[in-house]
Amino acid sequence: MERTIAFNLNGKKTQVKVDDERTLLWVLRSDLGLTGAKFGCGAALCGSCTVIVDKEAVRSCSVPVKDIAGKRLLTIEGLSKNGQLHPLQDAFVHHNAMQCGFCTPGMIMKAYALLLQNPKPTRAEIIRYMDDNLCRCGGHERIVAAIQYAAAATKGRMS
Amino acid sequence: MKVEDAIVAEKTVVNRRDFLKAGGAGLVVLFWVGPLKAFQQPYTEAPPSIPTDFNAFLQIKPDNTITCFVGRVELGQGPKTALAQLVAEELDVPFDAIDMVMVDTDVCPWDMGTFGSLSIRVLGPILRGASAEARAVLLKMAADQFGAPVARLQVSDGVITDPTQGKRVTYGTLVQGKRIEKHLGKTPLKTVSAFKVMGKSPQRKDAIEKVTGKAQFAGDVTVPGMVYARILRSPAHGAKLKSADTSAAEKMPGAQVLKDGDLIAVIHERPDLADKALGLIKAEYDRPQTGLDDKTIFDHLVRNAQPPKVIAESGTVESADKTANSIENTYVQSYCSHAAIETHSALAQIQGNKVTVWAATQIPFRLRDLVAQTLGFPKANVRVIASYVGGAFGGKTNPQNCLEAVRLAKLVGKPVQLVYRRDEDFFNERFRPAAVVKIRSALTNGQITSWDYTVYAAGDGGAATFYDIPNQRTTAVPVSAIAWQKQDTAGGLHPFNVGPWRMPGTLTNTFARESQMDLLATKAGVDPVEFRLQHLSDKRMRRVLEAATKQFGWKPAKPPTGKGVGVACGTTYKTYVATVAQVALDKSTGKVRVEHVVTAVDAGVIVNPDGTRQQVEGCITMGIGSALSEEVGFSNGEMHTRNFDSYEIPRFSTMPTMEVVLIDNPDLAPDAIAEPPVITVPAAIANAVSDAIGTRLFQLPMTPPRILQALKQS
Repeated sequence: MERTIAFNLNGKKTQVKVDDERTLLWVLRSDLGLTGAKFGCGAALCGSCTVIVDKEAVRSCSVPVKDIAGKRLLTIEGLSKNGQLHPLQDAFVHHNAMQCGFCTPGMIMKAYALLLQNPKPTRAEIIRYMDDNLCRCGGHERIVAAIQYAAAATKGRMS
Repeated sequence: MKVEDAIVAEKTVVNRRDFLKAGGAGLVVLFWVGPLKAFQQPYTEAPPSIPTDFNAFLQIKPDNTITCFVGRVELGQGPKTALAQLVAEELDVPFDAIDMVMVDTDVCPWDMGTFGSLSIRVLGPILRGASAEARAVLLKMAADQFGAPVARLQVSDGVITDPTQGKRVTYGTLVQGKRIEKHLGKTPLKTVSAFKVMGKSPQRKDAIEKVTGKAQFAGDVTVPGMVYARILRSPAHGAKLKSADTSAAEKMPGAQVLKDGDLIAVIHERPDLADKALGLIKAEYDRPQTGLDDKTIFDHLVRNAQPPKVIAESGTVESADKTANSIENTYVQSYCSHAAIETHSALAQIQGNKVTVWAATQIPFRLRDLVAQTLGFPKANVRVIASYVGGAFGGKTNPQNCLEAVRLAKLVGKPVQLVYRRDEDFFNERFRPAAVVKIRSALTNGQITSWDYTVYAAGDGGAATFYDIPNQRTTAVPVSAIAWQKQDTAGGLHPFNVGPWRMPGTLTNTFARESQMDLLATKAGVDPVEFRLQHLSDKRMRRVLEAATKQFGWKPAKPPTGKGVGVACGTTYKTYVATVAQVALDKSTGKVRVEHVVTAVDAGVIVNPDGTRQQVEGCITMGIGSALSEEVGFSNGEMHTRNFDSYEIPRFSTMPTMEVVLIDNPDLAPDAIAEPPVITVPAAIANAVSDAIGTRLFQLPMTPPRILQALKQS
């Protein structure tokens, strides 16, 4: 059903008039012009499309846009503030925790949700939480290190 | 060298057309015609706006920043950073002053394609030479301006000074309004001890864009009026379309059905709605019954592969073989996918008689020619822009998706974006070929006396052995287009397309050779490392093997030890690799966990240590997938592998602790690093698995069912 869906997108009130069964990822990418969340598998198997909805990591390729009505949506585009990288982004840069970079936005958003829930995750907790986000270039070890580094930098004060 | 030779008249440049229009004042063009054919234009037809006989351009701007134009693609392997280091080093400018313009076929020099680990080992020396020569030209210009001998001048951070007269001038000021071109002379390159930028690990040039979501991949590009396409795919390779009812799709608001011969597609202004429209098409097919599946394929390959030929031989294999104990084994390896997280993606825009394609491709210039052919356009009217590519590993040498996008753009008269779904990506993949290797080898008094090696379908990469064996013969079919074709094409062998996958053939051949070496070591009752050293006179190979085993803390013992440790050696291009792996194996489930991997690499001078480590880590990761889980399932042309639930790539919980040992080898030019470290990983893991269970698996990947079966049979 086509209707207007209102939500908060990266801190701003946003409305889109779309068929509310449409997939969140494609509304983000082709209606709202936010291409940071990537299409990788279309079946919630790879995590490249990960965004944050009300503090939870969500696979936007497998969620209808109606599910975010009235909620707060955060994408990779909304993570840095006033031109300053978020500590997680900074940590990924610092550790060269990317090669092709295609999985990177999803990795960072997933890690963001982790640190919201668990500001001081152990290495084992990071691996368990991140395990369904796939990276083909083999950046896993660096990503784990970057998340640990960001956790230390934020000291539980995530924004 | 005279400056007059270097600064050419405007008319010469005009003859080359007004390339680099955006250059403005202070344009320095550097040059050379390299001796390396691989990087020269393979045809005489002039490209649209750039000279044909140049391999790189440097533009020095008035603000003393430098733009380097190269035809290479950033696939994640880091050339945007490492090539900038080479330029900065030889030009004596800060790394941050270099801006890399990667592939846009309208402004970058021709390049054969980004594969074969060519960027550093082949383009690297050219780029360094061009930069060194640029520096020499600039010094001479400054010397003329100052009225001072070159020898007295000093250069640092792009500023030339004459300490005696107290004069200084920046590169940017010197070259203002001048165009300089030069064929590469013999300006000496800096030695390792003089390096300031090479040998360091600066922040990746693509890092900020990639962590902020600003990096544009082909599927992220939009142009006004663009539509998204979905193509009707057959359920199996070789299936023939009987009928297609597109009426429901045509009735869907906003959807349009396109037909062009065998190509049926739907377009829509929204990609998910194009998907929905595609789902409304009812199609019927005749399905083939080939009898080929992921189990029967190996016999098929041996029976039908092009007859291999002897490619290397020394001594007399037959007679030697008869005089000794021989072991004969057959090793097989399943089809394997590149499985980059970015599926094949392209956007095609036709404006009048010109076409622009934004493509996830490793072969932008080849793609330009193919697009021209597809549309019947002159090559000069085709522009390919390869923005960031989301992983490739050989898979994005496949132009199919881009050519489909241009066909559809022409049909509909609108720009078309075509991003493959994951199942479509698996269906149209050019997989790493399944392959069979047969080895017969003989041992006499603890020494290998005979080695007869035959490989089917994988190609000859890494097939010939580097071990010292008096009688040896290698039989292989060199990799060729024919060897890689589908069964339904002339000379084709495989049930679907296959193609290059990170170091073609070599991973397969290394697995077979190093497995056989371990079997021979076991037969001889000698520690596998010691056994290899007894057959190795190649100093570089000995060095990587010794470095890896030392770092690991290898304890010599008669195999099998039950500890789950394994070793493998390999070489490709001029890079040497040795890997030691330790595994833990659950005998009740057959599940293997790789716990620790040490890889030692000798790739000559290391341009960027951290970038090199990233490549080795990536290779270890992919190697683990090839060893344990990655396998394409199929039967009668139908793919059973359609997404990441049926094709398992390594994930966070799979990863071992990794140690990378970079051999310091300042006497050798930088060589390949993006591919070679993958070749030894499955072999080392296979040897570790055998060491753990005392029996051997002859097939990759070593999945839990295969391990359980091997345990049952032992």
